[in-house]
Amino acid sequence: MMKVLENNALESESIYIFREVVAQFEKPVLLFSGGKDSITLVRLAQKAFFPAKIPFPLLHVDTGHNFPETIAFRDKLVEELGLDLIVRYVQDNIDAGKVKEESGRYASRNMLQTETLLDAIEEFGFDACIGGARRDEEKARAKERIFSVRDDFGQWDEKNQRPEVFDMLNGDIELGQNVRVFPISNWTELDVWSYIQKEGIEIPSIYFAHKRDVFERDGLIWSAHDEYVFREKDEVITQKIVRFRTVGDMSCTAAVESNAFTIDNVVKEIRESSISERGARIDDKRSEAAMEKRKQQGYF
Amino acid sequence: MDVLKIATAGSVDDGKSTLIGRLLYDTKSLTDDKLEAIAQNSKKKGYDYLDFSLATDGLVAEREQGITIDVAHIYFSTAKRSYIIADTPGHVEYTRNMVTGASTSQVAIVLIDARKGVIEQTKRHFFINNLLRIKDVIVAVNKMDLVDFDESNFTKIKLDMLSLQENAVYKDQKITFIPISALNGDNVVEKSENMLWYQGTSLLDHLENTSIEDVKDVTQTRFQVQTVIRPKKAEYHDFRGYAGKIKGGDFSVGDEIIVLPGNTSSTIKEIHFFDQTFEKAVNGTSVTLTLVDDIDVSRGDVIVKANELPRSEKNLTATVCWMDKTPLQAGKKYKVQHGVHKVVSKITAIKTLIQPEELGTKHDVAEALKMNDIGEITFKVNKELHFDNYAENKENGAFIFIDPQTNTTAGVGFIG
Repeated sequence: MMKVLENNALESESIYIFREVVAQFEKPVLLFSGGKDSITLVRLAQKAFFPAKIPFPLLHVDTGHNFPETIAFRDKLVEELGLDLIVRYVQDNIDAGKVKEESGRYASRNMLQTETLLDAIEEFGFDACIGGARRDEEKARAKERIFSVRDDFGQWDEKNQRPEVFDMLNGDIELGQNVRVFPISNWTELDVWSYIQKEGIEIPSIYFAHKRDVFERDGLIWSAHDEYVFREKDEVITQKIVRFRTVGDMSCTAAVESNAFTIDNVVKEIRESSISERGARIDDKRSEAAMEKRKQQGYF
Repeated sequence: MDVLKIATAGSVDDGKSTLIGRLLYDTKSLTDDKLEAIAQNSKKKGYDYLDFSLATDGLVAEREQGITIDVAHIYFSTAKRSYIIADTPGHVEYTRNMVTGASTSQVAIVLIDARKGVIEQTKRHFFINNLLRIKDVIVAVNKMDLVDFDESNFTKIKLDMLSLQENAVYKDQKITFIPISALNGDNVVEKSENMLWYQGTSLLDHLENTSIEDVKDVTQTRFQVQTVIRPKKAEYHDFRGYAGKIKGGDFSVGDEIIVLPGNTSSTIKEIHFFDQTFEKAVNGTSVTLTLVDDIDVSRGDVIVKANELPRSEKNLTATVCWMDKTPLQAGKKYKVQHGVHKVVSKITAIKTLIQPEELGTKHDVAEALKMNDIGEITFKVNKELHFDNYAENKENGAFIFIDPQTNTTAGVGFIG
């Protein structure tokens, strides 16, 4: 039998995008959060350049409110694949008085990440930041290009985007500008999970069902971790079997009740789910235009 | 599971976003939280129905004005396959977005308001889909509920459209007419009880029964080198792999090939994909090739089968759709990106301005091509392009113009 490579259209497109980034830019970086989408990006980058190693570093913007499981996973992955990891801390900007920490019930460091990211871009002179955003996640993201040009302030001009015709990616920019690149733009949540399943990719344990101290607010399940997440006195802590569908930091990511202990269960659960992934993102619930506003300011 | 890519086009208020919302709703692709958000926002706007356009108009300015400004990509799937819809704006000033959406799609849906019939915008949409050689076009005659589901409205539109097709350049385009009401769901997913005179299938049934083979282009194999992979590891000391995407056909180990420019012959030694090697790789795969001979190959070079040479020329003719505020002018220099290959070009002449509303039959002499103009031009490039006519090989016959001052993608061209 002849060994034939069949086409996985989404995977082929993503690999093509990775190769365009490396060919067209001087200093690319992969924005790595430790979530399933950025882990999938790492696998696709491996495939794009094998047998050479991934020719750019990873950048983690650390809010300080991470799930410890994610950080442990990140360090292991970096070690195993021999990758370069850069970490920049939101805490440093808070300490320097450059940004002000939010307070109150919905306090989160999610918005503060933007400033730290822009600082890192300037510090290292990155001209292309590769991210795991997908168009199916959220309707402002559905309008995003694969190569999305940002000005010196990292801002997105949503009404003046470059047309992207056929698969031609125009990465020409002026000095000071940078490009956000989204190789898995056309993947859905289910596509990502199915890929993780098929490829046997390892992911942090918090994506699988586990016992956790939680409390409920606004119909969402919040992690009970008083150091990072504000909790009212009358918000009672209970133990539940939960998992996370999306992983931001602890103050912006809600859990879902689940009995999916294995990847096969997770894929089945996603397939049958009647709630969208970002339904559990506290940061999106702020307003209908929450994502668009953050993107204009330079959020990834 | 395969993926079918669809572009939608229609004029303002033809109900395009409503149609897409309806497709999502009836295929149960809208999750509860998204539905709830639509219900809340519809109520806030004082509507007594669910305004599905709220699901797709992702920008604040779009929701304020109730129009679609930019291409949005929408994803849904059925038991049979996945779909990606490029929802493109209907405003004339946003025609460039329609070309963008259509360029990545295999099927197009053109919406017509049953009350208004075929208008100038419809002709423009039809012309663009014809210019881009979309193989399968669905004309969805919408708002049938507002004309009492009357067959004669539908028939008139059908005859008008078919007379447009007689003047079209690309005659093999398949056109299917479906009367619908996007708002109420008639003939979108389920066949309508209100139009028993209509013998055809529902819109979704048509999509489900479109085979990828029918809409895919299979031609000669083209492989542009994106990057050269040199691992610098002891175990791969002499490894020199050419990374790229196979387009149009396939490659097998042992294929005799030619590298352009230079016309150097060699043979495919290995086909690598991640940590494995394959004897054959099919159309569309992103692979890394090694060659038997040690020859000079770099980014932008093209590998083809020895008996399937493309055209290699420096003076070209193309139909161009201009997308930038600064007009295209004869004598001006632009960067040209053909696939991944960039060269420098100079516009030698603008031959004609094509009026899409007249289906390209009326040709004027033009001084310049303004944003959203379509015209025929000639240009020369500093290094040969290795291309095919767009009519024979879409991906190897299209290119973009990049403004050297602003770096923006200023236009798209179709060679031949």
